[in-house]
Amino acid sequence: MSDNPTPAPAPIRRTPLNSAHRRLGGKMVAFGGWDMPVEYSGILPEHRAVRERAGLFDVSHMGELSIQGPQALDLVQHVTSNDASKLHLDQAQYSGLMTAEGTFVDDLLVHKFTDRHYWLVVNASNCDKDFEYICQQNRFDAQVVNLSDDFTQLALQGPAALKILQPLTPVALAPIKYYWFTTGKVMGVDCIISRTGYTGEDGFELYFDPAHAERVWYGLLEAGQDEGILPCGLGARNTLRLEAGMALYGHEIDDTTTPLEAGLGWITKLSKPEFLGKHVIERQAAAGLMRKLVGFEMLELGIARDGYSVLHQGQPVGHVTSGGPAPSLAKNIGMAYVPVALSELGHRLDIQIRTRSVPAQIISLPFYKRAR
Amino acid sequence: MAYPTNFRYTSEHEWVAAPAAGAKTARIGITDFAQHQLGDIVFVELPAVGTELVAGQAFGTVESVKAVSEVFAPVSGRVTAINAALVQSPELLNSDPHGAAWMVETELSDPGQATKLMDSAAYESFVAEQDAAAH
Repeated sequence: MSDNPTPAPAPIRRTPLNSAHRRLGGKMVAFGGWDMPVEYSGILPEHRAVRERAGLFDVSHMGELSIQGPQALDLVQHVTSNDASKLHLDQAQYSGLMTAEGTFVDDLLVHKFTDRHYWLVVNASNCDKDFEYICQQNRFDAQVVNLSDDFTQLALQGPAALKILQPLTPVALAPIKYYWFTTGKVMGVDCIISRTGYTGEDGFELYFDPAHAERVWYGLLEAGQDEGILPCGLGARNTLRLEAGMALYGHEIDDTTTPLEAGLGWITKLSKPEFLGKHVIERQAAAGLMRKLVGFEMLELGIARDGYSVLHQGQPVGHVTSGGPAPSLAKNIGMAYVPVALSELGHRLDIQIRTRSVPAQIISLPFYKRAR
Repeated sequence: MAYPTNFRYTSEHEWVAAPAAGAKTARIGITDFAQHQLGDIVFVELPAVGTELVAGQAFGTVESVKAVSEVFAPVSGRVTAINAALVQSPELLNSDPHGAAWMVETELSDPGQATKLMDSAAYESFVAEQDAAAH
């Protein structure tokens, strides 16, 4: 017998909408420890629905951590790269949860409820790790609570999102600006209503008591029927965020990549007095980068996939972090880390696709930007 | 979708059609179950005419939006034709996997080989079990 028996694998987790997904014909897959729908009607129709009309995603697997106390801001400022002191009440920002080496523990959204109350929305697979990490860093006597089980999170995304949601809530939605939020009732259910998303489209994310998950989910689908809303899975969520040039933890960013390498200098505020890893990032900024995240399009037939090698004159110089078809752009795209010397727009590289080396060209990010 | 009774099937979800009377060539493709598992198919890579297929070995690639899958030869034989229309329109695999979306035509090296594969009834119960296991 061993002194250290290996722990049983963690049970697969289900959101309160698991049976709703199955009833709607969702194809279920394991994702970050969760049993989630990858698609219902198909990734392509779901992708198109979000770009042209509206789509509804269950993103309840995402984690929510609350930070409260007189020094709540100090803790948030210490662990994240963006400047949370710039947030107004009811405003959210994209940020990085940083290691002392200036790399990513996770990426997240910081919401400010009050001067003493912040809320972090983190990736499903990192949630427990993030929570422990923030607790370890908490020398500010802040109250850190993992609220993930207390919230269902839905993302209503697409140009028709506002039109669909407005009749269901007394809250005036139009005045809520991108990356701002408010609280109010949707179908009589208390919600945090945030104008955020991960698709490159307009839309809202709703956070509320899981007891009402099915009612709000089906209510939104019904309300959006005339607009052609579709329930959407993780497959479309990924093609949409890839077109929008948004990072995915474990792909573009992880604990070996810095925000500067990932093109996330805009969420890295070196003007802040201090945050974890700041000195490393400052040194990197001064010395210059070795490698950089770029976007590329395939110039010939072939689809770049995560992990494929990037070649320059036949030699591997980097790897694809995310790649696939871009349904709204009718081409095959990807993101990759390459040496800075090879990272200029228009530069040609090759992607090793099985036995073939297929030419690609560096193009600007994001690949897709909606008309505003 | 019904599984044609004149096809034989593999546990990897490929089919091989019975050669027409007097002919030595047979078409090969992937099943309706396979296309459904893959989702929207966006890319198909086929071998060149003249390639020798070996039963059980990969001869082509099918890519959905999300994933890359190899296609294995159900039987051995030399490729005599490939479906160029399928390379142009990979979505045919989703709409007509047992018909217009045939992948290659081969001259069978051993016409008896296919009879060792599942017939349509056996394959139907095989995929019913797979479906049951997934739910």
